[in-house]
Amino acid sequence: MNVEFLLSVFTDYTLRNVALGSALLGITGGIVGAFAVLRRQSLLGDALSHAALPGIGLAFLLSGGKAPLWLLLGGGATAWLAALAMITVLRFTRLSEDAALGTMLASFFGFGIALLTFIQNGSNASQSGLDKFLFGQAATIVAADVILMAILAALALGAVMLLFKEFKLVSFDPAYAATLGVPAPLIGTVMTSLAVVAVMIGLQSVGVVLMAAMLVAPAVAARQWTDHLGKMLLLSAGFGAASGVAGALVSAAVTNLPTGPLVIVAISILMIFSLLFAPLRGLLWARISASRRDRNLRESTRRIVPPLGHLHDQGVQHER
Amino acid sequence: MSADLIIVLTACLVAVAGSLLGVFLVLRRLSMISDAISHSVLPGIVAAFWFSGGDTATVPALIGAAAMGLLTVVAVEVLVRSGRVKNDAAIGVVFPLLFSIGVILISVYFRNAHLDLDAVLYGEIAYAPFNLVGVFGQMLPESLVLMGTLTLLNAAFVGMFFKELRLSTFDAGLAASLGFAPGVLHYALMTLLSFTTVGAFEAVGAVLIVAFVIVPPASAYLLTRKLSAMLGLSLGIGVICSVAGYFVAMAVDASIAGMIASLLGAVFFLCLLLSPLDGVLATLYRRARQRDSVAARQLVAYFFKKGREASLSEVAQRFEWTPRQTKRAHHYARKQGWLSQDGVTVSRTPPGMGMGHASD
Repeated sequence: MNVEFLLSVFTDYTLRNVALGSALLGITGGIVGAFAVLRRQSLLGDALSHAALPGIGLAFLLSGGKAPLWLLLGGGATAWLAALAMITVLRFTRLSEDAALGTMLASFFGFGIALLTFIQNGSNASQSGLDKFLFGQAATIVAADVILMAILAALALGAVMLLFKEFKLVSFDPAYAATLGVPAPLIGTVMTSLAVVAVMIGLQSVGVVLMAAMLVAPAVAARQWTDHLGKMLLLSAGFGAASGVAGALVSAAVTNLPTGPLVIVAISILMIFSLLFAPLRGLLWARISASRRDRNLRESTRRIVPPLGHLHDQGVQHER
Repeated sequence: MSADLIIVLTACLVAVAGSLLGVFLVLRRLSMISDAISHSVLPGIVAAFWFSGGDTATVPALIGAAAMGLLTVVAVEVLVRSGRVKNDAAIGVVFPLLFSIGVILISVYFRNAHLDLDAVLYGEIAYAPFNLVGVFGQMLPESLVLMGTLTLLNAAFVGMFFKELRLSTFDAGLAASLGFAPGVLHYALMTLLSFTTVGAFEAVGAVLIVAFVIVPPASAYLLTRKLSAMLGLSLGIGVICSVAGYFVAMAVDASIAGMIASLLGAVFFLCLLLSPLDGVLATLYRRARQRDSVAARQLVAYFFKKGREASLSEVAQRFEWTPRQTKRAHHYARKQGWLSQDGVTVSRTPPGMGMGHASD
């Protein structure tokens, strides 16, 4: 990949759409996902994105075409249904949250696969291409899709800006939020719904199987660099956008390589780098300063207390 | 053996092998880590495929998958122990990376080969009758032999360590203090799950195996509070859905594994709605009865204090009840025999209210 190719992002029609679409996904996923990570609901995104698959199939069957608007709305609808079903399971049964997530993920996804194969095996000629929603195929994004994604992203980001104070409070201390009169369950539902919106944006570029990581990894990476929520959101959005664009460009340049996995590898590299080398919380620095403390302690002990070997020699002599 | 029978048998074996482990995974709150493992064994399978030069290589695939499964568990633990990432987020970043590497490798190296992305997602169980392998001089379907062996392995593990598994699942602290090693059982479960995922890979794919592992035990959990019953029920649900799923898939021409997973999901929703223990309907009914029972007691207490001159409308006003609430409370109290037939004299006080002693 050379400079000319990178510059063609601004001139080439396809590449511009690809880059814009993935950037919108990265920004929305990064910001919405940060709240999910802070609320320890990182895996909710995984269940939601898998649950979007049957919606895509149903929307295709009902509308009879591949208009992105309907497919995205269908995917969003079943993802939302899965979230509601999960809340029901948790409210009525003793099943753990983790089992509820796993069950929803597997059954919705299984139904989605059944629908998709049913459509593929059917005689409908326009069916090809629905499977790109599994791992994403950035090269198929057109200008109309980007506009749709932009509207969804604006919706999600607008909600975050409008409810920032409530989101912050409910993410860090839901009990305190409730005492202040903030309707914590409602705000929680809004945050979950925004995750659904992020999933809808990512359906075309990253696909349903790997979307989860776009809601988790940017936030984990951003958390390493700052203790300030606002800065964390900005960083998370930046990381998400950068990896989205990088993955999508590689995918568009190399024929037929699905976009989702490439984007995930890109954000994972960013995340591992942040985990190791971020100045405040980097594991490497923690290891170095721990070993330095260790050495200092050992040296100062040696200076104050007589060497252990010496004591031991004395002890042995006394015994004799 | 007919092709139909082989496919159905293979699916049933996947369900049995999965449920045997799944019961403990669900109870130990490891559902999502098993989802993670089922994804992250993919690069192990791809590596085995590559080493063997494009043949289905069972033993290397098992080793590779077990290594990847354990790598996932260890990586999540390392991340959590570093204090930088919470458990759920750690799971959410580890398996997508490993799965992505697997998908990229398949897309680059095996584009038109036997291993493709469709197989990863929902398997090729329809090919099960065609890959034969010689066992004791007999040609048998490979997937059937492999899944049969894995089912026996899982059954032997659960059978031999049932007591230990039960103890460490419900009280890990006690198990550890009695000298059992919960960690060993944990890793053994994870290893067997990785094996089972590989065994089921060709049949149902890496993503859908989790439906066979998690959904039947989760459904059974809604129906019973007894571990042995939960095990039996989830095996039953798994087998019935596998058989039914095959025929439905044949009828509508869709993925067999996907259809079985759909049916498993449908069974879960039926249990969620109808289970007498935890079901939504039963719980709603129970809560309504509780409300009526409390209201009826309030009603009786009021009548007891005021005597004959009290009226229902007066009680309703006192407790700010709607006419419907009043009617329900009144009906409940009459049905329990707490009020007499004319409805305003207390004939018998509800148990536990201690008002019989007030007249002494």
